[in-house]
Amino acid sequence: MKQVLEFEKPIVNLKEKIAELKNFTKDSEIDLSEEIRTLEQRLATLEEDIYANLQPWDRVQMARHRERPTSLDYIDELFTNFIEFHGDRYYGDDEAIVAGIAYYKDKPVTVIGHQRGKDTKENIRRNFGMPHPEGYRKALRHMKQAEKFNRPIICLIDTKGAYPGKAAEERGQSEAIAKNLMEMAGLTVPIVCIVIGEGGSGGALALGVGDHIHMLENATYSVISPEGAAALLWKDANLAQKAAETMKITSYDLKQLGVVDNIIPEPRGGAHRDIKQQAVNIDKVLKASLDRLTSLSVDDLLEKRWEKYKRIGDYTKME
Amino acid sequence: MLKDFFGKKKKYATIPSEQGKLDVPEGLMKKCDSCHKIYYRKEMKKNNNVCPNCGYHHPLTAWERIDSLFDEGTFQEWDKQLTSGNPLEFPGYEEKLEKDRIKTGLNEGVVTGKGMIDGQGTAFSVMDSSFRMGSMGSVMGEKITRAIENAQQEALPFIIFTASGGARMQEGVLSLMQMAKTSVAIKRFSDAGGLMISIMTHPTTGGVSASFASIGDYTFAEPGALIGFAGRRIIEQTIREKLPDDFQTAEFLFKHGQLDQVVHRHDLKQLLAALLMMHQKGGNNT
Repeated sequence: MKQVLEFEKPIVNLKEKIAELKNFTKDSEIDLSEEIRTLEQRLATLEEDIYANLQPWDRVQMARHRERPTSLDYIDELFTNFIEFHGDRYYGDDEAIVAGIAYYKDKPVTVIGHQRGKDTKENIRRNFGMPHPEGYRKALRHMKQAEKFNRPIICLIDTKGAYPGKAAEERGQSEAIAKNLMEMAGLTVPIVCIVIGEGGSGGALALGVGDHIHMLENATYSVISPEGAAALLWKDANLAQKAAETMKITSYDLKQLGVVDNIIPEPRGGAHRDIKQQAVNIDKVLKASLDRLTSLSVDDLLEKRWEKYKRIGDYTKME
Repeated sequence: MLKDFFGKKKKYATIPSEQGKLDVPEGLMKKCDSCHKIYYRKEMKKNNNVCPNCGYHHPLTAWERIDSLFDEGTFQEWDKQLTSGNPLEFPGYEEKLEKDRIKTGLNEGVVTGKGMIDGQGTAFSVMDSSFRMGSMGSVMGEKITRAIENAQQEALPFIIFTASGGARMQEGVLSLMQMAKTSVAIKRFSDAGGLMISIMTHPTTGGVSASFASIGDYTFAEPGALIGFAGRRIIEQTIREKLPDDFQTAEFLFKHGQLDQVVHRHDLKQLLAALLMMHQKGGNNT
């Protein structure tokens, strides 16, 4: 069954009504085509209205949509000859992160992404896209390999966060994330990061230190989930909707805060409505990024990466 | 007569009421947070806020830490005047900052600068958990980044004492990005041969633990310090299982290979001095 989001219910209701009328006219003599036309016009304005005025909480729902395309879906659309590699060589293989090499416009690239499932079975296998340290270490292993073979790195970000578990802490979740941040800072190949769904805190950032950071229009990127923020700030997880607004987590917010380079538009109703179109939109931005970054010398690349991060922040000097 | 005086000695002692036991006069006395034994504040302070009875390490303020480590009069502070904006226009944030400025006498939850430890120069950052729980926002990220840059320019080692509840919620994703910003600075510093020593103190959690705190060339922690990425309650809710008492303590991390040493506060200065001595000219001994 298709998942219907709260804010989309009026649209679905109206669609059902129109379908009902159409059905009715089929078996009856009464001509309702005028009424149907009016309703269809109303539907068009309603859709226009709702999707043009998405609230932060609506986008949170969209970013978490069960049918929203995942890293592997985009890898299928954007690249050819993807070969997946496994394991961190220390502990195990974390399926919450996929990594491998593929062709992008006839050039080899390294692709790494958080991977969640679309149903319960796959979500269990993928740990709901929440990595353990071995996931981050696998990612780093592939980044280092990309550096060795001079391949650009493309990171697809889509996680609620690093997994908050006992074993994850024992194996050094903090160190694994910290190490990735530091090593990504110095990689001598271009890194393009694209937030495709949820960008959840340090667990997202551990694949997110790059030269260009792009975000799908309805993706979110945040220091904490709206639920977590509400619990922490107001001791009430039910205020998540308010937190989604206060915490400024949409692509538009992040662009304004100077964190994100480009917002990648989504088809009306979200990426899951038309993954082909979504892939085309991503492709346009990705190509422009890589064209620009691959033309830079290594020194320039690293210098610009440093400048990019050095700029981020809001502070003043008191007299 | 003298005998009479002694004879009149009361035969009973006053036992303080339960309420009275809790009412330790602030300022003069200090009750250990762990064993609850009461000491003169002065005595506790002389012992670097380590309980003389049970060895519990109470938090030090940034300036207490500096006093405990640096040769007298050698510490120079950097970027004292930097202070937060309110990038999300978060309601009440400015008031909260102002309140903590007054409470702590600091402009932010970190003091950075340089000084001498046993005659050897080093750049230094120390976080103070009494300012907004030591949470990391734009100012903390910027001050630490500048301290690392200064260390690189002046060819000094960089020592950092962490104490933080994690990211500063009121600055949203900008606080998250400070993890990346400081990491880029550290990478540049490290590639240039800089020595970085990290000492995690109670508490070092969330974004601070998952960035600079964990990537020193040498990483230490004070006994009993709480260190971890995710909060205990969140983990317990996620895995639906009660966690052991020592979970996410310095000792727990040490047991799991995440730390070089757990170091008693009394031994810290000597250890740092020894490390600085062994890494002169960026550790290049040839």
